[in-house]
Amino acid sequence: MKRRFFLAMMFVLAAAATSLADTDAEVNARKNALDVAGAFTNDGFKLRDGHWCGTLKAQDHALIAVNLYAGNQYWFAVGATDPAKKIAVNVYDETGRLLTTDHYQGSDRAAAGFSPTDSGQYFVSVDLVEGGSSSFCLIYSYK
Amino acid sequence: MLRKILSGIAGCRVARASRVLVSASSPKQSLKVREAGMVSPTRERRALPWQRMLSRKDSRWQSRSRLVPYGLMLVRGRTALLLLPIVAGALIGGEPAKLGPDQMAKAARTDTITIPTPGELFAALQKPGKPNWTGAYRAPIPTTYKNRAQLALNLGGLIADGFIAVEAQDSQQVKNIGSDVIKLAKALGVSQNILGRSNSINDFAETNQWGSLQEELEATQNEVKNSMQSHSDQDLVILVSIGGWIRGTQVVSGSVAANYDERSAKLLRQPALVGFIHAKLNDVSPDLRNDPLVKNVNDQLTNLEKLVTFPTGKSPSPDDVRKVNSVVSDLIQQIQHKPEVK
Repeated sequence: MKRRFFLAMMFVLAAAATSLADTDAEVNARKNALDVAGAFTNDGFKLRDGHWCGTLKAQDHALIAVNLYAGNQYWFAVGATDPAKKIAVNVYDETGRLLTTDHYQGSDRAAAGFSPTDSGQYFVSVDLVEGGSSSFCLIYSYK
Repeated sequence: MLRKILSGIAGCRVARASRVLVSASSPKQSLKVREAGMVSPTRERRALPWQRMLSRKDSRWQSRSRLVPYGLMLVRGRTALLLLPIVAGALIGGEPAKLGPDQMAKAARTDTITIPTPGELFAALQKPGKPNWTGAYRAPIPTTYKNRAQLALNLGGLIADGFIAVEAQDSQQVKNIGSDVIKLAKALGVSQNILGRSNSINDFAETNQWGSLQEELEATQNEVKNSMQSHSDQDLVILVSIGGWIRGTQVVSGSVAANYDERSAKLLRQPALVGFIHAKLNDVSPDLRNDPLVKNVNDQLTNLEKLVTFPTGKSPSPDDVRKVNSVVSDLIQQIQHKPEVK
């Protein structure tokens, strides 16, 4: 009985440690994203307080819907953590067409700049181009 | 892969040329390629005078060694050459050129990223020309509602008022609104964490740090939402967002209706956003959904979804703008109305 309880406790502790590690990874990913976005705030961009974090498998991508306003300029900044070697950010319009954006590319961070001509829904894709499964975090700024 | 695609086009000289170019890796080899020539001498000898003219004027952009003069290419070859960068881009680039409907439907949608702040809407509104921000002020609203849904809707609206005061660069108005936000948050039982935010809002307002104030207002709203979630009040979170969106849309539609401008009118095109908040509102508990105020907001969102849906590139007419303004203004009246206690 005691042994079973001990094993159960070990399992719970291990699970807690794993989830804690994931949280740490997301915090680090967000820090990387904020490092990139910080450069844009110097240029008058206002940083949104919200963020979107998750994990990406190798060669996979994650997609989020955003609603943007014509006339504004936007920068979508993404940070990732080890073992991500290269990540990319892309923006698609509401029909799913890939849009031409300004790009910033680091190893574990990337950003895409975009000024919509139409207000409405857009999709931001975070692609893990090189490296193994890792956490990422997306934030955006506007002006 | 590229070579395979190009070779697939029968009689395509470009494919043959690319084969030679790919195989010629050293300068020596490249010289041999040049000597070998891609156009047979007999053919050149037999060429008509006008063909020779064309050949002479032909550009050498394909390679330095004039492997395949553009003028002598078949139509298929020219087409393949024009398509080459597109095919190469599709093969080399990792990202898909177009998302499928399934992918778009499955895309994540979150309250904090998918719903824009009133600040974003106001930033876009002032691009064509500075609106009359002080004219968008409204009289102070009550802060002692009994209904929690009404409190949440008004909290969102008040935060939008804060963004208006920031745009007007009116520090006293920002402080007044900040104080009302805290009162509403207290009534909702979520004020403990945001008292610090209130102090920051006052400090930033006193020192005219308008950019920081916008971020602080959104942070305050998110802190209230986080607190609601941790107190099992997650259904109220969407009401805060809806309150902010309705107040923001009232200000924008009012401003556009007063001074119609096609560029500004386009800001009202938000069908997916209204669809998203409408769907979220349909997910709340039946008790909250049947609250008379929430029910009315939900019904009007169906109407608004139609009013803010128009094709890309097209601006709503002044009449369309007035219709939107009329619906959201009615909603604001209902949201801020406090029934008199008998």
